[in-house]
Order: sequence, then C-alpha cells, then structure tokens
Amino acid sequence: MRERDRIPKTYTRLTHPLVRDSRDEPFRRASWDEALDRTARGLAAARGSFGMFSCARATNEMNYVAQKFARVVMGTNNVDSCNRTCHAPSVAGLSAAFGSGGGTSSYEEIEHTDVIVMWGSNARFAHPIFFQHALRGVRNGARMYAVDPRRTSTAEWAESWLGLNVGTDIPMAHAVGREIIHAGLANEAFIERATSGFEEYRQLVEPWTLSLAQKVTGVPAAAIRELAHAYARAERAQLCWTLGITEHHNGTDNVRALINLSLLTGHVGRYGSGLQPLRGQNNVQGGGDMGAIPNRLPGFQDILDAGSRLKFESAWDTVIQPHYGLTLTEMFEAMEEGSLRAVYCIGENPAQSEADSEQAVRRMRALDFLVVQDIFLTKTAELADVVLPATAGWAETEGTTTNSERRVQRVRRAVTPPGEAREDIDILCDLATRLGHDWTYADSEAVWNELRSLSPDHHGMTYDRLERLQGIQWPCPSADALEPSYLHGRLWEPDPARRGVRAPFGLVRHDPPVDLTDERYPIRLTTGRRLDSYNTGVQSGSFASPLRRGEYIELCPEDAERHGVVVGEEVRVASRRGSVVAPVWIDLALRPGLAFMTMHFPDEVDTNQLTIEANCPIAGTAEFKASAIRIEKLPAVTYVR
Amino acid sequence: MTAIPLGVPRRLVEFTLDGQEARVPEGSTVLDACRAAGKDVPTLCQGDTLTPKNACRVCVVEVEGSRTLVPACSRRAEPGMEVRTDTERARHSRKVVLELLASSVDLSTTPGAAEWIRDYGAEPDRFGPGAARLDEVPRVDNDLYVRDYDKCILCYKCVDACGEQWQNSFAISVVGRGFDARIAVERDAPLTDSACVYCGNCVEVCPTGALSFKSEFDMRAAGTWDESAQTETTTVCAYCGVGCNLTLHVQDNEIVKVTSPHDNPVTHGNLCIKGRFGYQHVQNRG
Repeated sequence: MRERDRIPKTYTRLTHPLVRDSRDEPFRRASWDEALDRTARGLAAARGSFGMFSCARATNEMNYVAQKFARVVMGTNNVDSCNRTCHAPSVAGLSAAFGSGGGTSSYEEIEHTDVIVMWGSNARFAHPIFFQHALRGVRNGARMYAVDPRRTSTAEWAESWLGLNVGTDIPMAHAVGREIIHAGLANEAFIERATSGFEEYRQLVEPWTLSLAQKVTGVPAAAIRELAHAYARAERAQLCWTLGITEHHNGTDNVRALINLSLLTGHVGRYGSGLQPLRGQNNVQGGGDMGAIPNRLPGFQDILDAGSRLKFESAWDTVIQPHYGLTLTEMFEAMEEGSLRAVYCIGENPAQSEADSEQAVRRMRALDFLVVQDIFLTKTAELADVVLPATAGWAETEGTTTNSERRVQRVRRAVTPPGEAREDIDILCDLATRLGHDWTYADSEAVWNELRSLSPDHHGMTYDRLERLQGIQWPCPSADALEPSYLHGRLWEPDPARRGVRAPFGLVRHDPPVDLTDERYPIRLTTGRRLDSYNTGVQSGSFASPLRRGEYIELCPEDAERHGVVVGEEVRVASRRGSVVAPVWIDLALRPGLAFMTMHFPDEVDTNQLTIEANCPIAGTAEFKASAIRIEKLPAVTYVR
Repeated sequence: MTAIPLGVPRRLVEFTLDGQEARVPEGSTVLDACRAAGKDVPTLCQGDTLTPKNACRVCVVEVEGSRTLVPACSRRAEPGMEVRTDTERARHSRKVVLELLASSVDLSTTPGAAEWIRDYGAEPDRFGPGAARLDEVPRVDNDLYVRDYDKCILCYKCVDACGEQWQNSFAISVVGRGFDARIAVERDAPLTDSACVYCGNCVEVCPTGALSFKSEFDMRAAGTWDESAQTETTTVCAYCGVGCNLTLHVQDNEIVKVTSPHDNPVTHGNLCIKGRFGYQHVQNRG
C-alpha cells in the first residue's frame, strides 16, 4: 500500500467533562455536576456581557435551543455561528433583494436549466454531489461558465473559463450587466413590474465597458460578452456561487452584484432559473433559519418586528431585547474592548478558523469565562475553563438539518456516543435549569414541534412527513400541501398586490481587496478547499485519504521558476500579519502572481496566520480570499520526500 | 407563474404478464412490472440508478412475437405485450448464464447467486476447472476500497457510475477484448496513480463484491463480518451543505461501511470521498 506523505493529527473523542481551576493549570476530569455548576456560575456572572457561538454542524433542534438559551436564559441576542465566516453575505444579499436568505432553487432544477454560471465556486471539489446535478444539466445540454481566478476542475467542464483577478467580481458583474443592457437583452417587462432602482443601476454600470472590464478583471472582453449573451438569452439560467464571492471585505456587495444580473434578465422565481449559494457546512442554512443569528428569531423572523417578538415572548414567557445582537465578528471585537466577558462555544473552532487566528486566540484568552461544548479537545477547547463532551450531530443525535436547497432532512442516531458524552440539547436544558428555567423536552421531536408552532415556514413539516417525503423544502406552511421547489414566484404574478415588494437592484461599487499587493508582498494568496478535506481538518483528518498530501503553497510554474523553488521544497510564506513555512506544489490551475492554500492542516501549517481580518461591514465575513504574500526561499533546502 | 409544474402526464400501459392483466406507468420496464407484481426475476447487471446495460442476461423473459428472449431490465412495457417470465426457455437460459458466470468467476459474495443456482438447477462444475478465470490476488493499494477482479462479471456498472452517468471521473474502463476483456483503471495502474477520487460510487453499484470497502474486506478476512448483526441507519452527511443522505452500517457500535439510499433526490445513491469514507472521527475513542 502506498505511504501517505504526512498524516495529520488525529483527534480522539472527549469522553468526560474537563475543568481547570485556573488558566495556568492543566485540565482535570470532572463530574457532570461539577462541570455544569461551574458553567452556570461562570455564565450567571456574565449576564449582559455574554455571547453564544452556536454550531452550523449541529441539528436544527440544537440551534433552536441554543438561541433560545441566549435569548431567554442570558437575555441577549448575541448568538451567531460560523456562517459568519462563510455565507453570511449570501444571506444578507438575498434578504436585501428578496426578503429571504435562502438559495432560490432546488438541485433538480439545475438538471433542467439551459445555462449554469459557477461563480467563485469549485463545486467539483467543494460540493461534489451538487456538481453531479450540474453535470446532469450539462449532459442535458446546458452550457456552463466558470468564473474563478483558478482554472479549477470545475472549470474543466465549462464552455468557457473566465479567469478573473481576485477581488474583481463587481467589475465583471457590472460589465456583464452593461453588455446585457446595451445588447437589448434585458428583460424589460420583468424589470418594470418586479424590480426597483433599474435606472440608477443602468447609470452605475454604464462606465463598465467591456474594454475597461478587461483591463480590471484580466478577462478578455469577448469572453465577458459571451457570458453576458448566453446568460441573458437563456430561457432558464442558474447562477451559483460559493466562498469566492462571499469571503471578501465586500462580500455582500459581491452577492448583490450577482443578484442584479438575475433581476436584469428575470432569471429568478421560475423553475430552472434561480440563484444558488452553495453552503459549506451541513446546517449553515438551518442554523440561521432556527434563529441562531443575532438579527432573526426562528423562522427568519425579524427581531425588530414587534409582532414577531410578541409571539416569541408569549411562547417563551420572556422579554426579547428589541435590538439586534452582536455578530460573531462583533463579538470578537467586543472581547477586545472588554465588553464581552463570557462565551459559550458549541462545536466550532474559531481559534483556527478565524482570519488572523493569532488575534482570535489572544481575544479568547482575555475572556473571564469560556465554555466549549464539542466532541474533540480542539484548539479552541484548549483555551476553555470548562469543556463539555457532546455527541456527534450527524451519527449520534436525533434531529434535522437543512441543506443548501432548503430541504429539511432527518438525522438519526446510529451509534451510541462514547463515555459520558451527552446530547447538546440535554446539556443546554440542564444548564438552563441551573439558571432558573425549567426546560424539559421529551426528545428532539418535541423541540421541533415547538419550532413548528412558531415558524410558519416550517409549520407543515412533521417528523413523520419529513421521513415519508425524504425531506421537505421550506417554506412549508401547510401540513397537507407542498410549495414549488423555487422561491419568489410571486415576482411573476400579474396582480401587483400578489406580486408584493419589488426586488431592488443593489447599487454596489468596485472596491479592491484591502490587502494590496506591492513590491514587498507581490503575490496574491487565495484560499479554498480540497476534495478530501474539510475546514480545520479536525474531522476529515481521521480517515486515510489516498488523495491527501498535507498543506502546500501552490504556485504556477512561472512563479516557482522565478523564485527558484521546486516541488516539495519548503519556503517561508509571509504576509503583513505573520508567516508560515510550507512546502511548494506546482499547480497549472494558477496564473502568475496567484498562489493557493487551504486551512485544512492548521496544526502543521496555520494558513490563517496569513489571512486578513478585513470584514464585510454588512455581514461580518473576513477577506479570506485575498491576502498579499511573498515567498522567501529558506537558506537550507529541505525536501519533504 | 406560481403554479407548480407537473411535468408530462404519464399514461398507463396495459399488457399481459404471465397471463395476468398488468398496468404500469408509461416508460416502465418489464422488470419494473415484474417487481410490482411480486415476481422474483434474477438480475445482476441491472442497477436502479443506472441505464440498463443488458450485460448479464439473467433477467431474460419471453415476449410473444419476439424471436429471441428479451432482457426484462431494459425492455419497456408496451400496450398489448404478452410477457411470460417463467417459461422453460427462459429458465433454461438463466440456468446456463448462471453456470457460465459461476464457473468462471467467484460468486461467493454475490447476493442471491447461491439461491438462484439452486433454484435454477445450475451446475457450474460441468465445464470443468479449465473454465475458471480465477488467478488474481485482490488489489489492496489504498486504505479505502479493494478490487478483487476474481469476482468481476464484467457488468460495466462501475464503468458507468465512474463515467458519464454519475461521477464523470472516467478512472475505470474496460481493457482487452473477448476473453481478455477486463475492468481496469488506466492501463492497469494502481488506484493511487489513477484519476480515481475515491467517491466509492463504483463500490455502491458493484453487484458481486468485486469492489468492496476495505473495512468489509478486512473484516471478512478476519471472519468478523456479520451482516445479520448490523443495523442500517440513514442520516445526513456533515461535510458540506449539500445534504447527502448516508446509510450507516453499524456492527458492535462501530460504523463498518457507508452507503447511500438510491431513491434519494439529493444523492441518487452517490457520495463523495468524505461522505463515503470520512466517518472514522466519531469513533476515535482514544
């Protein structure tokens, strides 16, 4: 059998609670009673300065209880999760345009569409089974376009690859929009009836001629023109994106720029025509839907809406703060200022997943109290005062999750958890009781039924029905009917009353990456995912993937030659934040001046030492995709193999 | 435009199945009709997520007016058709097919094979030991799945699943012709040097166990594989937001392999490397 280059650290399961009496001491094993009492004391002392990091990998039911814990037990809307580091701009952008943050189409629709645009998405690697649906579409005759700085394996399936410069998505989208308008391909009837702000949009994009766009994006004018015409002329078209769009300091603006194209052509609200942000964690969609975000109550109901608050206040017998809470990003800033003193972190690993990870660790160290609930002793858990062992959301817990096509599906317990590990909901309810709230749920279905009673979008989804229909897409207000698989069909209603609120064009401007390249940092580093690995590698590091080769800095052949480095040679990679040492890999998908890394092996190469915490002011997502770096040859050449 | 598209309405086709009136939706195969009527027609190369390949010919039936026997898996039901599934001619054909297969390859891990050989009175030994094609050691060149071509009946399902029907990796193909035909990856390279992305979708469709999970292979070798002691629980993969359905096969509280429900609208039985093989982290118990 072939030897693998390097085997990443394997995490073993937490089997009993851990506490420590001071930060200088190591953890010691504790009973559940002691650990929960300690946690309750730590949280009680922090009312008014508390933050909840909920978990986008846990069930809907857990997220529902976690946000209820923050709002009812701790009296705060400071609840958020790692959706902040990935797709919050998609939610913010889609909500601003359509009033709802979900992707508008189903996977099946992409099999029956005419044009597929993959923008900032290497779906072949990051979302392989979604890409199978896209390939069915291609086999059925759809033309696919890949817009991505890298010539990825997704791009290999495309009619045309538009290899734009990192951070020039808005100029590209504006040029596409201008070309559609000038070629007379805009859907005037749809624009007139269902949108607002077209005239301002037309003026906004007017300067973005194909030749100017070619200069700024690096993509030939003819290719931009071809994309514009194909998208606009298609009877049905799907626009899909992932983190290449959202992980920028202006991620929400990027999303709005793409949505504009759908408004311009009417490619939304119809079968086969839609907008599809592909989510990175199994329940990012559901976590937000369940209210584990600082501005929405369960069912995506706005906290600023008094009627929604009243409904939850009477159901929960509490008072809900009539203002938005802090986002994950703002919570980290509040730690710095000292106004956030305690954090309850469930199943997330911000010590390694945040941009500028060293800063994130320093801020968490400054907390008065940190409790981490997880299945592993992660780098974040190592910083905690109390560690609570939980069950794996997908294999040891009953509940539901919601996927990228808004399909709520059942997850089920298949194995019994190790040692004294307990389910998230049990732990939260036990803590709530210690803090004066008598919460008892017979099982996850009881939690779900409470949610159903409060969220019209989920009302019709009984466990029984979810089981029978292999999941149901929201909205599902009725227990005996199903809605169409796509959202916003209302925009096509002839009756203005039923058509509802117009979808506004987003008037967004080009704003290049914060971390500019210059003579000292001449290379643009962008980050992404590899097929066989996931996030900070805590889970995916445990299986023996033959594809895995550890972390490398990927360069194009020209850059490798310019620096005089060869495959396997270790180099220092430095940004304005920090530096790491990583071996070199040559990848023909890259162009001169563009390098690629992942954050899958932070224990070996901590890529987030390099990334910049330049956040989207609307969504709070950092600019993981655009750091300026330089490559330094090390004095002694070291080969890893 | 908020109306729900219903698609093309499907007519019902009426025909005769073993003398009985049968009605199936337009587009159904004879095999679909047989299964709906509770008839046990053996199949090996038929895959519920794949286009019929007509490779194994164990599912043949008689159709009135047809000169040759027809494969039930690919023949669509037509109005007025008269189908007989259990005639002497069909049974004899199936018997010979089973004899030819069982004499040349190892069907020990093919579900149903032993029963069919008994039911059809097949005598694989009558061709003598020279008919056997058993000369290969299982190929264990990675930690995830094993290829044991002594069990391969050349049904091409793995080729279709890896190729244009699902995965589009094209790592698996057929090399050679006639008696020399065999399944291979890229001129018989080790998997680790091929285009394989370890989605395991070929393992999912393999009807004979020629492709198997390394976990299953090792447990069979150790004599600890016990399907009767396993539970199957369907849940949702935790590795991205697509929401693929995983069926966890659990024996003694250990996940021993992962499959995916074929009728699921998200996965159609397919998974990626993380969903199929990335389950170990929950059972790293120190």
